[in-house]
Amino acid sequence: MFEYYLSLFIKAIFIENMALVFFLGMCTFIAISKKIETAIGLGIAVIVVQSITVPVNNLIFTFLLADGALAWAGFPDVDLSFLGFLSYIGVIAAIVQIMEMFLDKYVPALYNALGVFLPLITVNCAILGGSLFMVNRGYDFVESSVYGIGSGVGWAVAIVTLAGIREKLKYSDIPAGLQGLGITFITVGLMSLGFMSFGGISL
Amino acid sequence: MALRKFLDKIEPDFEPGGKYAKFYALYEAIDTILYSPGSVTSGASHVRDAVEVKRVMTTVWLCAFFPMFAGMYFVGMQALGSMEALGVESLPGWRGWILELIAGYDAANWWDCLVYGGVFFVPIYIITFITGAFWEVLFAIKRGHEITEGFFVTSILFALILPATIPLWQVAIGISFGVVIGKEIFGGVGKNFLNPALTGRAFLFFAYPAQMSGDAVWTALDGFSGATALGIAAAEGMAGVMANGITWTSAFIGNIQGSVGETSTLAIFIGGFLLLFTKIASWRIVSGVMLGMIGLSTLFNFIGSDTNPMFAMPWYWHMVVGGFAFGMLYMATDPVSAAMTDTGKWAFGILIGVMVVLIRVINPAFPEGMMLAILFANLFAPLIDWFVVRANIKRRLARG
Repeated sequence: MFEYYLSLFIKAIFIENMALVFFLGMCTFIAISKKIETAIGLGIAVIVVQSITVPVNNLIFTFLLADGALAWAGFPDVDLSFLGFLSYIGVIAAIVQIMEMFLDKYVPALYNALGVFLPLITVNCAILGGSLFMVNRGYDFVESSVYGIGSGVGWAVAIVTLAGIREKLKYSDIPAGLQGLGITFITVGLMSLGFMSFGGISL
Repeated sequence: MALRKFLDKIEPDFEPGGKYAKFYALYEAIDTILYSPGSVTSGASHVRDAVEVKRVMTTVWLCAFFPMFAGMYFVGMQALGSMEALGVESLPGWRGWILELIAGYDAANWWDCLVYGGVFFVPIYIITFITGAFWEVLFAIKRGHEITEGFFVTSILFALILPATIPLWQVAIGISFGVVIGKEIFGGVGKNFLNPALTGRAFLFFAYPAQMSGDAVWTALDGFSGATALGIAAAEGMAGVMANGITWTSAFIGNIQGSVGETSTLAIFIGGFLLLFTKIASWRIVSGVMLGMIGLSTLFNFIGSDTNPMFAMPWYWHMVVGGFAFGMLYMATDPVSAAMTDTGKWAFGILIGVMVVLIRVINPAFPEGMMLAILFANLFAPLIDWFVVRANIKRRLARG
């Protein structure tokens, strides 16, 4: 059993890396990867948000939204799954809001560094993507907790690595037309080439 | 010294404002490859050392000749050796014409074998060199940086990790991707973060898998099909490797299927020890790669598996098959894309060693993992350095 969860965890980090295999969450991925410290901060924020929202959304899906989920309340014929997007994004927005207040109070330095991108985690496609993959693949509660942490860690590893490369690229001599976003996109593409080493592993 | 005088005479034409100011990079390249540059630093400190980028690159280039000649010989020997069995009389086309002109079809004759390998490898190398040089010079002229000998190294390493039968137009595409996207758009030698030769090969590997992998591409003979030792091991296990007549000694000397330069572990070690001895290749990275590889493959030996025969492959086999030795000594030690700090080099090497065994054993999609393992570690090299530097800062602060 433990082995199964471990392979799910590893799969979520490397083989199905949110950023470098599915290219989800690109806006924050590219915008907040200039410095390693900030990238680590955002990475941790994403891990926390992801590992809370995916299991919470799993509970909401299983007990409220899925077809026949409301049987416990006496409505076995009700299918509320069309409310999925709305509820998931609502949960994500609430968690991010709480997180923002927490950081503002206790870690003001990181709060200032992340700036507008902290509330923008709400619309980070990697976060919503995590919840949707969870529904799509029919994970149960424990699986979705493991998957939430794993996919968050995978995204964090990717952004910290990108930040490392971008700090190195500060000393490069990049053509004027490619500076900034252009070279970052090419870098992400080349990183994805490196992550191809995991493609094809079936755990 | 007439040449020196001639160079000095035409120099003003290449200076800013001269007739050929645009082509200064070309003039500078020819001048400095023939003579030491006369420029010195204007500030207080000036370190003189006979070994600079040019000499380092040239040494690596020369060291790559060992695996190159060995690879050419074994390509020829394998093809000539199986000709009779397949009933093939001669090599068709211009390659056969050249071969018949200066050599023959005798598998026991080393010169025939070398020439046979040569008519396949030399065109690959020439195309690589010309295409690589074209991009290098174009960017140097347009962007005003110097032409460095980096592309000597990139081009020979790139040519050596290709299968002998690859179509020449793919060679040109691969090296173009490697040099332009892997190196030049970041500003040229020393400013990239991935190994350009491996970037080009990875591009070809995913774009044209039919010509880069499989059983038919390794021996330069139409109709011949032979899997690499790793391919056999992944399918049938170590017993299958033995059954196919591959012994450890033949794999070590190089009489196995594989890319041109990576088959002969013996020749690679000769060139590699020269690199280590001259301190051009970092012994820390090489030891790290060995350590990581031995560690994880031994662990897999102990764990064992009923379904996956690769678990049983011992470390001394991992060392001699596939691109491991070549990658370890020539690719992983690329000073630009590897970690820079001493501790970081250990971590970088171990990461490569672990990843290569992981890909070979766990990943059924790729029988060989050296290329992807090095590219993967290249991504993490800046981060490893950052952590090492941070730890140093912390330790010094604590010391007071």
